[in-house]
This record gives sequence, C-alpha cells and structure tokens, in this order.
Amino acid sequence: MTSSKQALAHPASSAEAAPGTPPGAARGAHGRGTPAGTDSWRSRLYRWDMKASPYAFVAPFFVLFGAFTLVPLLYTAWYSLHNVQLSALDHQTWAGLDNYRNLLSSDFFWNALKNTFTIGLISTVPQLLAALGLAHLLNYRLRGSTVWRVVMLTPYATSVAAATLVFTLLYSWDGGMINWILHFVGVDPVNWRESDWGSQFAVSSIVIWRWTGYNALIYLAAMQAIPTDLYESAALDGANRWQQFRHVTIPQLRPTILFTIVVSTIGATQLFGEVLLFGGVSGSKGGSEHQYQTLGLYMYDQGWIIGNLGKASAIAWSMFLILLIVAAVNLLLTRRLRKSQ
Amino acid sequence: MTTSELTLPAAKATKVKRRRVMGAGKQLHAGPVTYVVLTIFALVSLAPLVWTAIAASRTDRRLAQTPPPLWFGGNLFKNMQAAWDQAGLGTAMFNSVIVAGTITVSTVLFATLAGFAFAKLRFRFSGLLLLLTIGTMMIPPQLAVVPLYLWMSNFGWSNQLQTVILPSLVTAFGTFFMRQYLVQALPSELIEAARVDGASSIRIVWHVVFPAARPAMAVLGLLTFVFAWNDFLWPIIALNQQNPTVQVALNSLGTGYVPDQAVIMAGALLGTLPLLIAFLLFGKQIVGGIMQGAIKG
Repeated sequence: MTSSKQALAHPASSAEAAPGTPPGAARGAHGRGTPAGTDSWRSRLYRWDMKASPYAFVAPFFVLFGAFTLVPLLYTAWYSLHNVQLSALDHQTWAGLDNYRNLLSSDFFWNALKNTFTIGLISTVPQLLAALGLAHLLNYRLRGSTVWRVVMLTPYATSVAAATLVFTLLYSWDGGMINWILHFVGVDPVNWRESDWGSQFAVSSIVIWRWTGYNALIYLAAMQAIPTDLYESAALDGANRWQQFRHVTIPQLRPTILFTIVVSTIGATQLFGEVLLFGGVSGSKGGSEHQYQTLGLYMYDQGWIIGNLGKASAIAWSMFLILLIVAAVNLLLTRRLRKSQ
Repeated sequence: MTTSELTLPAAKATKVKRRRVMGAGKQLHAGPVTYVVLTIFALVSLAPLVWTAIAASRTDRRLAQTPPPLWFGGNLFKNMQAAWDQAGLGTAMFNSVIVAGTITVSTVLFATLAGFAFAKLRFRFSGLLLLLTIGTMMIPPQLAVVPLYLWMSNFGWSNQLQTVILPSLVTAFGTFFMRQYLVQALPSELIEAARVDGASSIRIVWHVVFPAARPAMAVLGLLTFVFAWNDFLWPIIALNQQNPTVQVALNSLGTGYVPDQAVIMAGALLGTLPLLIAFLLFGKQIVGGIMQGAIKG
C-alpha cells in the first residue's frame, strides 16, 4: 500500500527534483547567480543532516536504556560472581561460582523456585481462560461497549500495593469478607495467610484480579482482526457457535495466546509486591514457613534484609536464565506453529 | 449503521436473523445471558475497590468484627486525614506526581524520536538496534536493582527522587510502540515533500512527525504514567518513609507503620484515586491504546 502511494507521488515530485536530492543542489543547478561555495556548504550540511539525524534521534533512547538496563544487566552478572555485602559495599571480593553453588544447595532457593512455579501456574491459567471468555463476550455488539471495557480494566489502575492491602484484609482469618461469604456455603474459616495452598491461592487471586481485564482487551483486539468471512464459511459448513469459537477463533488467536502466555510467564517469574505485602509484618519471608516466598521475594530478602547483594545478584540471574529458557521454548513453538500453518 | 437500524426495525430484525443464521461472531448482538455474565465480571472488577471505600469509612475495631461492614460509615474523611498525615501520603502524592510526570514526558519524547527513526529513516544497524530493543523489552527490574543500588550509594543519592526517575526515563516498550504506530500513520511522501522543500530533520520532526504521532503519544503517555505511578520494586529499595512515593508509603502502611486497618484502607484508596480519575476521564483512550499495542505487538 505504501509503495503504491509512493509510486503515485514520485512523478509529481521528480518534476522538480528527484526525491532525496538535496534542495541546495537542485537550486544550484538552476540558479547560476548564487556563489558555488554557499551551495556546496548547504548541500554538505544537508547530507550531514540526513546521515547523522537518525543517530541523533535514537541516541537519547539508547544512552539511557543502555546505562540503566543493559549495563546493570551485565553488572549484575559481575556482582553475582563476587561477595558483596550490604554492610561493606566497598569490599567486593571475587567469589567465582560460590553464590550459585550456595543457591543450588539452599532449600529456600528450591522452595522459592517451586512457589514461583505453582503460583505462576494457578495465577496464569485461570486468568487467561477467563480473559478469553470475557473477550468473547465483549466482542458481541453491546450497549455501552466502551464502558464495559473500561470497567474491566479498572483493576489494572489499582497498584500492586493498594490491591494487596485490600485483598489481605478481605482474606483475613477473623472477620474477613471472604471467610464470611464462605460460611454461607458451609465452609469453615480458612487461614489464608498460614495455610500452604490457601496463601498461594490468595496471592494468585490478586494477580488474576488485576490482569484478567487487561488480557481480555488484548484478546478482544485480536478477535476483531479475524476476517468475518472465516465465520461465514464456517457457518455455511454447518458449524455452530461453539464449533466456530473452537475451530475459527482459537486457531486465529493462537499467536496472541502465545504472546499473552509469554508476558504472563515473565510477570509470574518476577512476582514480588503481592507476596511481600501479603506477608504483612513478616514481609520478605513469605509466610512463617516461607510458603509463598517467590524468587523475586527471596532475592529482596537475601539482598536487602539479609544483606548479601552478591547472592541476590545470582538469584536475579537465575530468574533471567529461566526467562531465556521460556523465550527459547516460545521461539520453538512459534516456528512450529508457522510451519504447520 | 446503528441509527439506520434503529429507524428501520423491520430491516433490523431480518438483518439480525440473517446474522444469527450466518453466525458471524463479530456482529452478533449480545443476549441477556451475555449481559448477566458481563455484569458478574464487572462486579468482581469493581467490588474490591468499592469495599476499600467502605472499609476506609469505618473504624479499625469495626473491621475486625463479623460480619464485615457492607455499607459506608462516617469516618472516611477522618481516616483519609490520618493516612495523609501519619503515612506521609501528602508528600508521597507530590513526589509521585513529579516522578511519574517526568518519566512520562521523557519516555514519550524519546520514544517518539527513536520510534520515528526506526519507522522512517534509513541508517546503519537500524535492524540490529530494533531487534535489541524488542529482545530486551521484557527484562525484569530485578536484573538492574543491585548495580543501581551500589551506584546510588556511591553518589550518596539514597532517598532522593532522581534515583527513581533516572532509571525509568525510557522504555523499550515505548520506542517499539511509537515505531509500530508511525510505520503506518506517517506517510513517507510527507517527509519526502518536506525534504524537497528544504526542511531540516529537526523541522521535520517538529512540523510533520509530532503532529502525526500525537494520538499515539497521548496513549503512550497515559500508559507510562500508570506504569510509573504503580512502580514498586526499585522505589521501595531506593526510598524510605522519609521521602516516599505513593507506593513506598503504601508499603510502609502494609508493613505495620500504621496499625489501623481503616487508615490503611483510606491510604490505599487515596493512592489509587488519581489513577481512577484518569481512567474515568481517559478510559476510552487507555483501552484503545492497550488494544492498539496488542494488534501490532
């Protein structure tokens, strides 16, 4: 489309000057009166501007991005090979792989890894399924469709901290709203903070609440991009609405679904604020038995509560390695998907 | 389309009927079941926020009793006042406005410049640099905080706002977002025409790129502001209760800085209020921005 527009535009502009020709040069060819010196100076300036400006435009972004994202990433790797203590920041000694060895032999690390995985699973799967259903409903022609969409997105406006403070109170053992509602269906009060699965479920529900609407909007956008004739031909083949959803919508949405899975997995890997604040005063331990201490929380605990920044760096890099594996799996799946289509 | 259907009920009926038969999911009108299920979703979305306001209007003692309060009490302003004074929410709000505001302006400006270069200009390594931007879009904040903390200590900057502003001045997402928008929203011949007229690159940015990019800049600004206002990990490491942002103040509330639950809820409500107002005013644009980012991303 763009190329055809350009082709149309070309004859008009080439009548005056070929596109990309410096205006100074074009004028210089006709206007013999102007001194050649200024002309070449102008055209040199023009050429310099053409060449340098793209770099000038990306430079602020890359300088800041490099300084505060890429360089720290490498420094974190460097510190993970050192012994860096919060109490003596200037005394950094080489530690080799000690921090990593230390992690691999630590029960708390494996516990945090396991918790990150389980909480990630029970927060991501229901969330994406609910988002898919919600998007399907939002895709109908609705009265006040914008209002519905904004309402579904309001949890996203609530910060992790605010949402967790509220949910912690809702989940309190004694006098909490959720236990009170559960007693109507005959369920005994659950100790959401202390129990293993209870606390993990509670933390996951905060994540689900905050992100379902957001993911639904992403699915909705993808659903609206599906060509209508796909549904029409499916209907002609006698497919009912469920079959259409199953055999048209889902396959068309597959790249988007994969995208949301990756984004949610990244979010789950770094889960931190929810578990920190859900712990209340116990904070970075993730419950009395560390039952909801995630990798993100474990890193904060080791780095800023225990004061071992070298070990914290090693935990950060293990998180990064996990994400690299996720990215690789994603790449593999996407390739296979493309081949099969 | 909607008005013509309203004025011609007969035509509407046949149209709908035909569509039902065709089953084109997109145009299907929502039935009552759809509205019921959507209402349930809406209630779940809004109930925790409404209940925050209810709890914030009660007393700490009342919140510990069963059954929990289901309607507003009379202490809302008293509790808000307490949260404002005791948890330093006044300072926190002021700080958050400065932090999120600066981050928003800089992210939008630099993302537009870089996005324009990636979308419309040719330069060496542009493909590689774009790939780097996309590839690093999802690096978790955990991978930056240890070095940032050490630098901050070296500069003696702990508890100062620039420590939380500087690392967030640009985002890879922003640059990618603007690039995707400008690729299709900014006609190349417009730039060509400006060049033929002898405009310098800076003039082109000012007179051609910014006007064309304005809708996407607004959306990116809103998304960035929400992100910056709610940012958590680095602020709670870099700042403390002496000079907090809103999230740092809420963190102090949650870890026992003020033990009164009603005051904590008032704080949570106050800290969320600016974004709720923003959603009320610009909800349509924010929704549009997320959906736009989704299609192209």
